Amino acid sequence: MLNDPKNYSDNIKPYLPKVPYVRNCLKAFVSGGLICVIGQFLQVFYIHFFHFTKASAGNPTSATLILIASLMTGCGLYDKIARFSGAGSIVPVTGFANSITSAALEHKSEGIVLGVATNLFSLAGSVIVFGVVSAAVLGIIRLFLAQAF
Amino acid sequence: MSRVKQQTWRFDHPIYLSATGTAVGPLEARGPLGGTFDKAYNTLSCGEKNWSDAERTLMRRAVAYCLAKAGRKESDIDLFLAGDLMDQTVTSNFIARENRIPYLGMFGACSTSMETIAQAAQLVDSDYADRVLCAVSSHNATAERQFRYPTEYGGPLNLTQTFTVTGAGAALVSRESGNVRVTEATLGRVIDWGISDPNNMGAAMAPAAADTIWRHFQDTGRSPDDYDLIVTGDLSRVGSPILKELLLEKGLDITKQHQDCGLMVYSPEQPVNAGGSGCACSAVVTFGYLYRRLTEGSLKRVIVVATGALLNKSTTKEKDTIPCIAHGVVFESVKGANR
Repeated sequence: MLNDPKNYSDNIKPYLPKVPYVRNCLKAFVSGGLICVIGQFLQVFYIHFFHFTKASAGNPTSATLILIASLMTGCGLYDKIARFSGAGSIVPVTGFANSITSAALEHKSEGIVLGVATNLFSLAGSVIVFGVVSAAVLGIIRLFLAQAF
Repeated sequence: MSRVKQQTWRFDHPIYLSATGTAVGPLEARGPLGGTFDKAYNTLSCGEKNWSDAERTLMRRAVAYCLAKAGRKESDIDLFLAGDLMDQTVTSNFIARENRIPYLGMFGACSTSMETIAQAAQLVDSDYADRVLCAVSSHNATAERQFRYPTEYGGPLNLTQTFTVTGAGAALVSRESGNVRVTEATLGRVIDWGISDPNNMGAAMAPAAADTIWRHFQDTGRSPDDYDLIVTGDLSRVGSPILKELLLEKGLDITKQHQDCGLMVYSPEQPVNAGGSGCACSAVVTFGYLYRRLTEGSLKRVIVVATGALLNKSTTKEKDTIPCIAHGVVFESVKGANR
């Protein structure tokens, strides 16, 4: 019985398309993995040709990935890739770059200060807030644990 | 004009859609109804520098086609009724600034297309206006920004999510004879059956459409067989089967006549998730394809029930459920008057 306003959202479940979780996970795994493989190549490249250490090569590697993702966003390619890869292209640093670049593009018509600058972190802001807060909390815990032992 | 039972208006005088105009974006032009639109743009930007201007261009073009086909100038029009999905319906406001016709802004989300036609017909029928110009528009990129994410954001996709139609439709409502008559309108109630997922508008709006369609048949005493088509606005692949089941449970079988504009405007291969949506969805299908078939007489009587979700971005974040509405307008072919 669908004509039941109270339980409508439960009763329509058979009418909703099944989410292909396994396929989505596989796509995300492969495409996210591919981005990481590219990152790995970049890291080796920076170590080999520019004499970075394994630790310090992380910075230019992320920067290159961010640059590529931003350029692809600007060319209108990143969202098309994301259609296929789902979480595979949202979770890596490239997804973070996409969220910032796309917001910048969207609000370009509203001006540099009140448009681009104000809205730059409209999507990415929450990532930064939780990243900073959790780092601070963990840092404090670590500090106390180090004191105790 | 007279009211028929609870929610239906029956117009006393012959009211016509004297002319229509449509303009669409690239994806709609490549869809199955591509040949029925007056103007198709090759790019989503329609040659403009930002999305807001692009949407205005669509509405401006649809209005221009409509007036040209009717052989009328702006100064011949008594009233301009228009609506869209942008904040404060700015597309319509800005077009009204250009055409300088007395203006009433309309908003019923994606049901605005039929809300304007019903209101226009009522004003013409009761002699408050001779000629009323109606227009609605929606643009995929402005709607994405308004309701979801930036255009280029590679966000997660939901299978129940719809895809906003880029386009605009305009129609001239008057008593000057034409090939398509506007005979009745059934105005909808706001219905909210507790769906809060903004990515599942089809399921949220289906009860509103069912309510209006049910009311229409109660008021008029007709049966679905009296119609060639019962067309909903944008229930999509998800909402359409739900609507049919909701009505079937009440003993009303519209399976044979039902079609949904959101499924007519795109082909199944196009990347539009559950189907098309937006003010322009029902407008371009009605004023383009259905108008053409009614003019030919290959459709005699059609009811278009445009569905709207009355939410905004904040209500979604505040976890409110989605109030929905549906307005139905009956169009009859003059050639099929002996039905």
